[in-house]
Amino acid sequence: MATVEIRNVRKSYGPVEAIKGIDIAIQDGEFLVLLGPSGCGKSTLLRMVAGLEGITGGEIAIGGRVVNELDPKDRDIAMVFQNYALYPHMTVFDNMAYGLKIRGIPKAEIRARVDKAAEILELGRFLDRRPSQLSGGQRQRVAMGRAIVREPAAFLFDEPLSNLDAKLRTQMRVEIKRLQDRLGITSLYVTHDQVEAMTLADRILVMNHGVAEQIGTPLEVYQRPASLFVAGFIGSPPMNVLDGRIDDRGEAVLVPGGQRLLLPQSRPTDAGRPVKLGIRPEHLAAAAADFPGGFSIEIELVEALGADTVVYGRLPDGEALLVRMAGIPTVRERDRLTVAPQDGALHLFDAVTGRRVE
Amino acid sequence: MKQTRFIDLVPHIVLIVGVLIFAYPIYVTLIGSTWDSATIGRGGLPLWPGGQGAANYAQAWAGEAGERAIYTPVRTMMLNSLVMALSIAVGKIAISILSAYAVAFFRFPLRMAFFWLIFITLMLPVEVRIIPTYKVVADLGLINTYAGLAIPLIASATATLLFRQFFLTIPDELLEAAKIDGAGPVRFFIDVLLPLSRTNIAALFVILFIYGWNQYLWPLLVTSSGDMETIVTGITKMIGTGESANDWHLIMATTVLAMLPPVAVVVLMQRWFVKGLVDSEK
Ligand SMILES: Nc1ncnc2c1ncn2[C@@H]1O[C@H](COP(=O)(O)OP(=O)(O)OP(=O)(O)O)[C@@H](O)[C@H]1O
Ligand SMILES: [Mg+2]
Repeated sequence: MATVEIRNVRKSYGPVEAIKGIDIAIQDGEFLVLLGPSGCGKSTLLRMVAGLEGITGGEIAIGGRVVNELDPKDRDIAMVFQNYALYPHMTVFDNMAYGLKIRGIPKAEIRARVDKAAEILELGRFLDRRPSQLSGGQRQRVAMGRAIVREPAAFLFDEPLSNLDAKLRTQMRVEIKRLQDRLGITSLYVTHDQVEAMTLADRILVMNHGVAEQIGTPLEVYQRPASLFVAGFIGSPPMNVLDGRIDDRGEAVLVPGGQRLLLPQSRPTDAGRPVKLGIRPEHLAAAAADFPGGFSIEIELVEALGADTVVYGRLPDGEALLVRMAGIPTVRERDRLTVAPQDGALHLFDAVTGRRVE
Repeated sequence: MKQTRFIDLVPHIVLIVGVLIFAYPIYVTLIGSTWDSATIGRGGLPLWPGGQGAANYAQAWAGEAGERAIYTPVRTMMLNSLVMALSIAVGKIAISILSAYAVAFFRFPLRMAFFWLIFITLMLPVEVRIIPTYKVVADLGLINTYAGLAIPLIASATATLLFRQFFLTIPDELLEAAKIDGAGPVRFFIDVLLPLSRTNIAALFVILFIYGWNQYLWPLLVTSSGDMETIVTGITKMIGTGESANDWHLIMATTVLAMLPPVAVVVLMQRWFVKGLVDSEK
């Protein structure tokens, strides 16, 4: 058990900068999720912590000890790979025991640790099987078991669930959460699935093009996205973003459709400033046709998801607007509908930098 | 229905005819080894077994002298061939799996240059480089030794290439998982790579054993004493130049004996690699 500190870490592949300076201190026992789109450098960062990838600049410390120059085996970490990377010719038992054997741990203790991990993961019946004789979910569990028996300072997961089908993924997600609560081992978890990130994380590090866009708890990231990128990446369907301008008195945002949306507090210093206005689809609700600040949309598509309904609308000026309503559809395609944002649902971002305007 | 029957039948007939054509000479050899030399010498070899089998084999196995010439006993030649074929098979597999490991898993200066160097040896068959090779072996004093027989044939790249291709199919994550588990390069090789290469090793062993066993030109050059004779060169030497009559009964018995080790290797190893293919873990 240990803290993991990442200090201004950089990684270049020749002229290409994959990681452009990331800073984060992960608490002992914390579950940190690295979230971001494909190619943003999540795996690279994780693999630098693991020691599988050299560190171009900055420092990584595990348990207070700088590990930049240490081999993976000396970093006291365990990793779960996307394709599990189990040894195909070894039994489940040997797969889990291999790392312990190499470290010269006595046979009896290996047996005890593997049996305990197998019990936690319900793998007891499979200990004598080869990976090829297991289902995807069971293999995944063996990969977890291999990490658990090592009792490492930190767990590293690189998209461990992405090879599983949706149902199994949900199930394993819950299991990982339970396991982490029970073992309390510091974990770094890479995913591009926001549901995994929201449900598992103590904190999320949202990455984009090798930089940390935001570091925060799942709710912070959802409620106060630090940039347009985070706003668009977290939440499903993604946040609506409209061009806007703060009015001359700094009291409301004007959007091209003519609506005037009152700000929760007035900001005279920002009067006249162009902004991007973000509203989450789930924070728009149907309103009376003449509701002040309401958006009148023509409905193009209605997706009934059962528990809720996603409405794809178009504003008079041609902009798209998504609305998510609870329950089964009450509107039909080609209907007109007026929707209005709920209180406190407005997010403002700088029109140029895309950073949040508080 | 009738039509498909007919269509099914044709390949069978072709196969049976093919097998007969291939098997007939072997059958004749087998029969020949059971008759006395006079019967064979007259030219009318019967197609059924004669009564001389035991005597012929005993004489070929241990005998120093035939009726018309002096030979190296088969047991000596078999031993020589066995040592040569095993050295070639084991040596080649050992060297090529190690060099393939180096080329496939490690980054070192001139890595690709080494790979191409290895690759180039493929383009030069033994026969092409035989004179320089002979010179080297002679200068090293390896004429008439097992080392002289086997070492020049060990150096070639076929197996290196095969192993390299196989190693490239092994996912990087497996190596990384092993690194995190604490396995160094040697442990990874012994604990993971070797077991995964089992099937390939078995298949290559069969091919290389037969390749070594059937060597003709090279043993002919580097052995001059009778006690280093290999069985393939030995048989050809038993067949005279035509000036004298041949001990056909002994030649046939020797030939039959010469076939046994390759057949045994195929039969034994086949179990291994068929098993490997069936419960493949890839
Ligand atoms: N060996 C390499 N050489 C050059 N560029 C590389 C190398 N490995 C990764 N990159 C680049 O670094 C960037 C980050 O890659 P990385 O694998 O970390 O992405 P990722 O966030 O894990 O994406 P994914 O979700 O698709 O796995 C990518 O743009 C990739 O092209
Ligand atoms: Mg990745």
